[in-house]
Amino acid sequence: MATPDHIGVQDGINYNEIPAKIRRRPYYVVLPGLIILIGIMIPFVTAIALSCTNYSFKLPTTKFVFLKNWIAMFSNKDFYHALSVTLRYAIYCTGIQMILGTIVAFLLKADNWFTRILKVLFTFPLMVAPAIAVLVWQLMTSNSVGVLEKFLNLLGVFNFPWAASKQTAMFTVVLIDTWVNMPFVILLVSAGINSLPKSPFEAAQVDGAGTWFTFKTLTFPMLKPFMYIALLFRLMAALQEFGIIFALTKGGPGDTLMNISLTAYLTGFTYQSLAKALPYLLVLWTIVNVSARLIVNRQRQLTKQAAGIQ
Amino acid sequence: MKKFLAVLLAVAMVASLGISAFADDEYDWKAYEGETIQVALVQHTTSSAIESKIAEFTEKTGINVEYSITPEANYFDKVSAALSSKTGSIDLFMSGAYQLWDYSAAGYVEDLTPYLEKTFPGYDFEDLVQSAVNALKWDGVPGHAVGEGAQLGLPLCFEIYSLAYNKRAFEEKGLEVPKTYDELVAVSEALKGWNGDGSYGLAVRGARDWGTIHPGYMSFFTAFGAKDFAIEDNKLVSKLDSPEAIAMTEWFVDLVQRGGAPSWANYTWYEAGADLGAGKAAMLIDADNNGITQNWIKEDGPASAEAGNIAWAPLPVAKEGDTVYSNYWTWSMGMNANSDAKDAAWLFLQYFTSKEFCTYGSIENYNMDPIRTSVWEDPAFLAKMEQHEGYIDTFNATIDGTSIYFTPQPEFFVTTTEWAATLQDLVLDDGDVAEAMTALAATVNEAVDYIDLADY
Repeated sequence: MATPDHIGVQDGINYNEIPAKIRRRPYYVVLPGLIILIGIMIPFVTAIALSCTNYSFKLPTTKFVFLKNWIAMFSNKDFYHALSVTLRYAIYCTGIQMILGTIVAFLLKADNWFTRILKVLFTFPLMVAPAIAVLVWQLMTSNSVGVLEKFLNLLGVFNFPWAASKQTAMFTVVLIDTWVNMPFVILLVSAGINSLPKSPFEAAQVDGAGTWFTFKTLTFPMLKPFMYIALLFRLMAALQEFGIIFALTKGGPGDTLMNISLTAYLTGFTYQSLAKALPYLLVLWTIVNVSARLIVNRQRQLTKQAAGIQ
Repeated sequence: MKKFLAVLLAVAMVASLGISAFADDEYDWKAYEGETIQVALVQHTTSSAIESKIAEFTEKTGINVEYSITPEANYFDKVSAALSSKTGSIDLFMSGAYQLWDYSAAGYVEDLTPYLEKTFPGYDFEDLVQSAVNALKWDGVPGHAVGEGAQLGLPLCFEIYSLAYNKRAFEEKGLEVPKTYDELVAVSEALKGWNGDGSYGLAVRGARDWGTIHPGYMSFFTAFGAKDFAIEDNKLVSKLDSPEAIAMTEWFVDLVQRGGAPSWANYTWYEAGADLGAGKAAMLIDADNNGITQNWIKEDGPASAEAGNIAWAPLPVAKEGDTVYSNYWTWSMGMNANSDAKDAAWLFLQYFTSKEFCTYGSIENYNMDPIRTSVWEDPAFLAKMEQHEGYIDTFNATIDGTSIYFTPQPEFFVTTTEWAATLQDLVLDDGDVAEAMTALAATVNEAVDYIDLADY
């Protein structure tokens, strides 16, 4: 049994002889991270706790209601509708932006004056705040003064309903989201294309490999890690989308675009029942977290494969 | 003796004037000099008039005013968030009576009754349009009518609902302005394409929020004999599934489908009014002052393409001679109960509801409808309104049937948002009205279920 004199001796190093200032250094290093973690966890834990109360901006007192809000949410058909809208919106937006963004990135691969101008133009939407972008699109799609209406009039189409119809509302918000966010995918994939090593492609050329074969076996596998990063950011943002839908239709027509974020906002703020809104947000957090983890794990795996480690 | 009495009377009058003038001079407008107040304003002609006089208010009082102007579609979300923070981040906020029911139930609204005891001497509270003042009083008991209890705000302007129409459209098509429900549907349909492809008959609001319900829809809802709630066994019970409510909604859905805007579901005050002004819609059923914003011919030019062509008529009724019902809206200003600058805020409230400001706002500026009786009687105001054909006559024909027809209760936002969503479903899907209204009533009943009137 060790005596107090021997506590600090390990592997021949007497830790008691190291000044306290240096011994505490590892704790100082992790301290900022710990503080940030606590800062993140306090609202998160508070949200979980409040979701089990009847907390409302309207009620003077708060009481514990156990899982009542959770049960109410899971037994409400509006929740499943909101979940469906959330997933469909995320899949449509992310899918379209990934495919189109990648194609455009390849088209911009050539370095000439035309592609240089296009690259600058494509970054413009990224510089516009999403709320402003929606206002611009609201004006553009207005049947009274919108430039798109005037353009469609030339083709013999009048009063195209855009976000006012259940059939075209999802198309309209996905279109706006794509306009705002596709440049992000283009930038990331372009950066990936430009960073690909040249030697494998030169070797393939020497061996007489065709364009499609080179793309399938070299370009695409090596580009995948970059595409997964774009996918990660776009999917997370699309799952949580609020601004575009809220500014354009407030979730309408009817409940057509009521996703989880909007349902939670309406319940928590407009209806002032925060405790009822929190289960929706916590479910959304879980979905975002799980999907992000899956993508990150896959991205790491692909990076190793591309580097020839696996 | 008569001469003596006349002299005495004259002396008394001069003395009273002197006392009044003295008292007015004595009112200390600088009492809160150096304080800063935050004011939340909605995008509206009222706010434009207020904005143009804020510098003068600051000069008179020494109070700094920081303000924001937000479009109506997002305004109440912003105010709700600010009030619920309970930080006093806003001291004053514009609101309608309905929203004040929600906010006062949560304890966010200062009762202005004690403040009304300390108005400046020339304020003349009785000159305020009393129906607007009373619309902002409520005792906090769900189901109780407005007019009693705490003064939750003071009016800045008000509006009634009427039919604004484009005279050119009716002349060109040889149509009569509709007076009955049936005529309204028929004329709305007949006016489709009246001004080329894309033009249509009737603009009404249709967005997924409370704003869709309270103008024309609620006015017709009342005219059909329907009510939103009844009190049964100390509970509020939704009557949105009553035969009257269903019949009215069936008629309204048919009206929008046959004569409304193709993008009706996106329409707020702004889109509906803009279409009338742009010559896209031939008629507008909305606030009387919405059409007016499109009809001014100002010094710097006309307000819209159709300015000067717009006229007003009362809302159609079941049969000619029936009472015209209109729901009532008043943009008012309430005080945050958590404000830490209440006295400075009260000076702001007095200043911007005073006779002087209202005269300026409605005669020199464009704030409608004025909340001062003296302004309504002012020949300059009447002369100014002559360019809006039928406006004064429509107002006079409607005002007696004008009231707040919503039942005061603290779940106004839930009720009207779900109501608007149901209406969108019905217009766009052509679903079964009775079934939809029954489901809506169930949703509303669930929202107000916690209210037990025995507790009040």
